[in-house]
Amino acid sequence: MKKLINKPDDVVMEELQGIVVAHPDLVKVHFNPNFVVRADAPIKGKVGVISGGGSGHEPMHGGYVGYGMLDAACPGAVFTSPTPDQMLEATKAVNGGAGVLHIVKNYTGDIMNFEMAADLARAEGIEVVAIVTDDDVAVQDSLYTAGRRGVGSTVLAEKVCGAAAEQLRSLEQVADVCRKVKAWGRSMGMALTSCTVPHVGKPTFDLPEDEMEIGIGIHGEPGRTRMKVKSADEITEMLMEPIIKDLPFKHGDEVLLFVNSMGGTPPIELYIIYRKAYEIAQKSGLKVVRNLIGPYITSLEMAGCSITMLKMDDDLLKLWDFPVKTVGLRWGM
Amino acid sequence: MSINRDEALEWIKACVEILGENRDYLTQLDAAIGDADHGANMDRGFKAVMGKIPEMSDKDIGTIFKTVGMTLLSTVGGAGGPLYGTFFIQAGMKTAGKMELSLEDWTSAMDAALSGIVMRGKAELGDKTMVDALTPALNALKQAMTDDLPLNQALKNSAEAAREGMVGTIPLVARKGRASYLGERSAGHQDPGATSSYLILKTAADTWSNS
Repeated sequence: MKKLINKPDDVVMEELQGIVVAHPDLVKVHFNPNFVVRADAPIKGKVGVISGGGSGHEPMHGGYVGYGMLDAACPGAVFTSPTPDQMLEATKAVNGGAGVLHIVKNYTGDIMNFEMAADLARAEGIEVVAIVTDDDVAVQDSLYTAGRRGVGSTVLAEKVCGAAAEQLRSLEQVADVCRKVKAWGRSMGMALTSCTVPHVGKPTFDLPEDEMEIGIGIHGEPGRTRMKVKSADEITEMLMEPIIKDLPFKHGDEVLLFVNSMGGTPPIELYIIYRKAYEIAQKSGLKVVRNLIGPYITSLEMAGCSITMLKMDDDLLKLWDFPVKTVGLRWGM
Repeated sequence: MSINRDEALEWIKACVEILGENRDYLTQLDAAIGDADHGANMDRGFKAVMGKIPEMSDKDIGTIFKTVGMTLLSTVGGAGGPLYGTFFIQAGMKTAGKMELSLEDWTSAMDAALSGIVMRGKAELGDKTMVDALTPALNALKQAMTDDLPLNQALKNSAEAAREGMVGTIPLVARKGRASYLGERSAGHQDPGATSSYLILKTAADTWSNS
């Protein structure tokens, strides 16, 4: 294992220490239990929006804390969900009296830890609504599995829910925005290489030099198929087809097209993918009105990409364009 | 024929040791069908429990179990944290105030612990989870009560039933947790959660073999 780390056990702690000194204008970091919180939290009368999950997906979630997006983020160990005490303390820290939205990715551990935290927060008199994102169309059999995984749509949900909260909408209204993203967003990813979890020290899965995994999860969960590496255009088709098939989209719909790097794939390749994905969307009668291209929900140093499409309406467009000021996303201010 | 407070603490300490020794083994099992963190997570959690031993040592058994549960809940993470946290917290609630446990006490504690896990994780028997080791272990305790067996024999039977349940997860197709994404490919691998559950119950039987 070659990594720019000191000790595997210190990875998350030392990353947080870096954030403390890098972005004091945007965030504060609370240690033990660990969470990243907006420097100006809590904001009276504003719904608090929090998320969290295993580390290793940066900039998600800590990099999305700030004006117009998350109020707090709880990082677990690498690829391990955070614990209820983190979410409870984060919930209390961002509660401005208008309630708190938990955006939870659909993984067994995340759900259980967030559920326990929500129970504890409610017991302390804080109104909490939790919405689970589950947009990964690679999971076909969701009846006999833990269900579709929460992936790319989570980033988009955090952006638009954060904007809605900033506009002082009610908890139920902010939750409705999240439900809309959950209903209208679909994703699929692929990997060219595995990643190595620091405390494991070796690649999570074996992927021969000339093969790729289509439908990979953001922790290296297996996808739909493994095959010889193909061209960027063919790979884009393989990702776009199941997304479009699954979307509740019709001819003429407007969409946000999000091409994401799994961490190891450079922007030059992402634009090649975007070019083809845009063409496929157009041919399918979808109008791409916004986009996001870059490493926004990663899987350590895994090479590969994911594509997310989110159907947009006027409200989502306004919320997407609303100013945001975080480490990971920043525009309009 | 009972387990006293000091023996309960001995079990907890022995669990710290056993889970430390099996850290890489559990992680390997998890790497095959999960996300390769179960061993590291359990080891981190029980190491934190070790740090709480001084403050637990003069408390009743219920308080000890509850403290173990709360500590695991805030240090393990993943699915294991809430599940083992719930396991020990529920067992602690059933044994609140007790300085000594009979077979009946232990059985009702394990009954509450398993019910808590099923409620939290919503897994059923045969889903390839820790429930597959814990359910037969609890049934063995109930059978031992019916048969009027001594406590140490009951614990031994219970650990053996957990072992059989654990081995029985090998051919199963996972329906819960991250392993479920593998579908048929999850068959042929032993479930790491069932394995850690077996280790914990086996440690109880070994620690309390003279009880």
